Amino acid sequence: MEGLLYSESHEWVKVEGEIALIGITDFAQNALGDLSYVDMPEVDDEVSQGEEFGAVESVKAASDLISPVSGTVVEINGELEDNPELLNQDAFANWIIKVSISDKVELDALMDAKQYEEFCQNE
Amino acid sequence: MEQLLTTCLYDRHISLNAQMSPFGGFMMPIQYSSITNEHIAVRTRAGMFDVSHMGEMFVSGPDAEKFVNHIFSNDIRGMHPGKVLYGMMLYPQGTVVDDLLVYKEFEAGHFLLVVNASNISKDYDWICSQAEGYDVKVGNASAVWGEIALQGPLAEKLAVEALGLDKVRELGFYTYAEMEWKGDRMIVSRTGYTGEDGFEIYCSHKAICEIWDILLEAGVEPCGLGCRDTLRFEAGLPLYGHELSDTITPVEAGLGMFVKLDKDEFIGKDAVAAQKAAGISRKLVGIELDDKAIPRAGYPVESDGVQVGTVTTGYRSISTDRSVCVAMLDRPFTELGTKVEVRIRKKTFPGTVCRKRFYETHYKK
Repeated sequence: MEGLLYSESHEWVKVEGEIALIGITDFAQNALGDLSYVDMPEVDDEVSQGEEFGAVESVKAASDLISPVSGTVVEINGELEDNPELLNQDAFANWIIKVSISDKVELDALMDAKQYEEFCQNE
Repeated sequence: MEQLLTTCLYDRHISLNAQMSPFGGFMMPIQYSSITNEHIAVRTRAGMFDVSHMGEMFVSGPDAEKFVNHIFSNDIRGMHPGKVLYGMMLYPQGTVVDDLLVYKEFEAGHFLLVVNASNISKDYDWICSQAEGYDVKVGNASAVWGEIALQGPLAEKLAVEALGLDKVRELGFYTYAEMEWKGDRMIVSRTGYTGEDGFEIYCSHKAICEIWDILLEAGVEPCGLGCRDTLRFEAGLPLYGHELSDTITPVEAGLGMFVKLDKDEFIGKDAVAAQKAAGISRKLVGIELDDKAIPRAGYPVESDGVQVGTVTTGYRSISTDRSVCVAMLDRPFTELGTKVEVRIRKKTFPGTVCRKRFYETHYKK
């Protein structure tokens, strides 16, 4: 999907000014299978690029969510508490957390849509 | 690095687009459509599992009964031909070599032992090493036998109508019948690992492939190891490597009823008797969490910030929609109703100690 940035651990980032919306890609939700739980951080928690900020659970296993940016959590998607399957239904339409970006330079380390597509083909 | 084996049904799993993964030395199907779909199919209709990776060992000879009773925890004296018993082989210290089924064959002095795929070599070596001084022959026939487990409320209907196995109508729970499939010896037992009625069908590779194709055509859901685990877990059944191991005794696992201490002797008898007399210091129990977070194997269980045990298996139970697990806990935290916490990643979640069976089983008793 164009306009988004991507990490190697299959998270997407949509930058809106100083805020980053973060979710998991369709590739990720397909690989994970039906999700039954999303473990999210709290508002005001600090996240760091490359570090775990939560997890998604499918029947078989828990998978860490890795933050593609550093900053402070300003909002979490409450809808995912009761309806984790929203991530399976439309991974790009359902952000998981919103983060106030502390260092925009870190965005340079992420892939664009074309690079991510190539990356997935080699996965 | 050891080569992974494949079962006779491998090509069929690939053509059904199964997600494959190594298990017990075999490349096995984990799921075809989804674990949830397959799990529900078994509980409400019928599903079939490729369980050809399981091990089949044949013990025969004048000392066969004496020998099997020596290595097996349950009592095989008084088994009628066609009876099947569940139990364990124990080490002298009382811990578990493997859990298995023993089939008393219709031919006198002949027994079939069905063991876990992951333990085939270990079990065969163990059985042979213990046979010293007994007039028995032990054969590992695992490579030539295929096996399908047909499980669910419609299993009998399908076995009769799709496979023509009318005889299964008279098969009682934990008994088996000798049959034939186009001249190949076939063993069909009313046993399973799901908590539902069903059959385990053992035959030649050729026959198993034909049977799979017929059942698939008849609308039976192909089911993988993913739902095999969620189904057995809900039904309170143990998995070797989790609820049983070479460091866990049957008493700690709550399986004392499959250890017959009134037998004269068997390997591990003294250790189990001593443990029963002294009392166990830890036990497998169920835990139900209040939240939706999912407890999994290896997660610590705590009370007041101190670890009091470890989860052996856990899931969001598909049939009951609860986050539940089985855990090995230290006494006295094993009392029903005790409040404990499970540590899931960085947070702890409160739960209550309960029974290990989370689902009402439907055996044909």
